[in-house]
Amino acid sequence: MPTPATPMSAGAGTGPDGDDPVVVSGLRKSYGPFRAVDDLDLRVRRGEVLALLGPNGAGKTTTVEILQGFRRRDGGRVSVLGCDPAHDRRGWRARIGVVPQSTGGYDDLTVSDVLRHFTALYPRPLPVGRLLEMVGLAAKANVRASTLSGGQQRRLDVAVGVAGDPELIFLDEPTTGLDPAARREAWELVRFFAGRGATTLLTTHYLDEAQALADRAAVIVGGRVVECGPVDRLGAAHRSGATISFRLSRGQSASSVRALFPQLAVDGAGQVSWESTAPTGDLGRLLAWAEQHRLGEITDLQLRRPSLEDNYLRIVAEHTGQPPAADLAGVRAS
Amino acid sequence: MTSSTQPRLLPADFSMRGRSAESGRSAATPPVRPPGLLRTTLARSRVELLAVFRSRQSLVFTMLFPVLMLVILGSIFSGTVQGTNVEFRQVFIAGVLAAGVMSVAFSGLAMNIAVERDRGLIRRLGVSPMPRAAYFLGKLVRVAVTTLLETLVLLAIAVLAFHLPLPADAQHYLTLAWVLPLGTTACALLAVAYSSLIPHAGAAAAIVTPPFIALQFISGVFFPFGQLPSWMQTVAAFFPLKWLAQGFRYVFLPVGFQRVEPAGNWELGHIALVLGIWAVAMLVVSLLTFRWKSTRVH
Ligand SMILES: Nc1ncnc2c1ncn2[C@@H]1O[C@H](COP(=O)(O)OP(=O)(O)OP(=O)(O)O)[C@@H](O)[C@H]1O
Ligand SMILES: [Mg+2]
Repeated sequence: MPTPATPMSAGAGTGPDGDDPVVVSGLRKSYGPFRAVDDLDLRVRRGEVLALLGPNGAGKTTTVEILQGFRRRDGGRVSVLGCDPAHDRRGWRARIGVVPQSTGGYDDLTVSDVLRHFTALYPRPLPVGRLLEMVGLAAKANVRASTLSGGQQRRLDVAVGVAGDPELIFLDEPTTGLDPAARREAWELVRFFAGRGATTLLTTHYLDEAQALADRAAVIVGGRVVECGPVDRLGAAHRSGATISFRLSRGQSASSVRALFPQLAVDGAGQVSWESTAPTGDLGRLLAWAEQHRLGEITDLQLRRPSLEDNYLRIVAEHTGQPPAADLAGVRAS
Repeated sequence: MTSSTQPRLLPADFSMRGRSAESGRSAATPPVRPPGLLRTTLARSRVELLAVFRSRQSLVFTMLFPVLMLVILGSIFSGTVQGTNVEFRQVFIAGVLAAGVMSVAFSGLAMNIAVERDRGLIRRLGVSPMPRAAYFLGKLVRVAVTTLLETLVLLAIAVLAFHLPLPADAQHYLTLAWVLPLGTTACALLAVAYSSLIPHAGAAAAIVTPPFIALQFISGVFFPFGQLPSWMQTVAAFFPLKWLAQGFRYVFLPVGFQRVEPAGNWELGHIALVLGIWAVAMLVVSLLTFRWKSTRVH
């Protein structure tokens, strides 16, 4: 995998402002003395799915709500579909779709009543029957929305958000609370709109979701984008290519192998590992070493490429000064 | 893959995960004007009325309270009002009609808005291209229908059970025809403005009910207004309920009763003026303070 020479920055991208549906620079927002968003830069390109990642309280929802014209910003430049969201024009609102983080409740109305209602507010809505199919609620069309399960309510919510067939979609943790099958359906929905040329800004805590859907990901920590780039190369500039590991057999000393790879670490269980920027060459030398010492089969020999999760956790840890494990717990709990 | 065809079926779309502006419909189509105030108000009104008639709980809760008051207190109260030959029960009926309007248009609506804000409905409407006035107009339609219903139910009970004489001439009906809608509008806009003080739906009843009950006591619903202490009359005169009740007394009581009104006459002009001022003022306050975003839920 090629490693880019320079870190991906939020601003690295195509063309002038006019092309990109979302352009943010120097965005700031405080709640009292607390800076929730602090000099944030972000650019979303037309037609892409951009995943917004970051620990709880990082400022993702605040940022997204400012872009929706929903919260006022304290400073910075923001352009969404060529307009300042603070102006909040009706014609502009018709072009964006919003699925907020908290699920909406639509008492007393049936599922199709709710969708018929919301589609009536847009100039060029998707047909109700189509929306129902897209979110897998066709069988529940005539059921009261209040009797839907939590996951079904979330799906209705997503349908409400995209009822106007938006050109730019904000999805704030759209699949939290959905069962695995429903999550896949929601993913298909995102792909469906991407296929229509829509641009999507997706906030999520599920890294597999980002991996499956997003073209690029931006990691927000402490109200600032600390990393932004193609999902499969996230954090590429700061990491080595792979981790090589194996287990020492009983009584064996690591000193001879340490002479070859001075950066390696050995844990209490005899697990030897190091990060390698040139794994092919390292493996060759390791195998030669094993041959030389007549070790036969090397126990538990592994070459592991870092997953998106590894990279994400590393990035977050780097910028919060916390060990990755603590963050992992935070991410999983949410 | 050609860029001119729009994907229509889900499975087919996955192959064309188009990335450029050309492959989507967004760049090709000119902007269209979102539906205007009339269409969106109709859409809002439709769901408002669907919700009213499907949710018996809220309909019954807001409508039942004045009905119970009328039936119970109407059966207890007896005698005539001092200085007149008008039965106090009739005076009370006029008061309950006014309280009924306020119960539905103010209490009911303020709580309804608080719930809708909690459920995230208001914020979802706020990010849609709907003209924001459509939400308020939809509420007015909701409240117009429910107060009319409430008034008819109360009147039916009053006539059938308590032999309330209905007015005989057009003059009184004409007055009813502006007092009722004007009072409803003033109370409804008061509810919209007041809803900003409700932090979350759970607190709605506690914030809405006490002032409403206090107003009923000082506005001449339970006692003849002319017999209340004058400071109480003065305080009540700043609020819409007193004027609404006075309007209903004009409509349903004999002409002679105006002798015991504090002003010595019905003050129809003042009724229109005060209710009108409340409506306009609350409209302005609502437009300035209405919260389209919900309070944080997590
Ligand atoms: N209305 C508010 N008043 C005060 N503080 C707020 C408000 N909204 C957000 N915050 C604070 O700002 C910070 C950022 O919140 P935000 O909701 O943007 O985070 P997030 O990245 O979306 O988190 P999560 O992953 O938990 O959804 C948090 O510390 C939060 O407590
Ligand atoms: Mg959030």
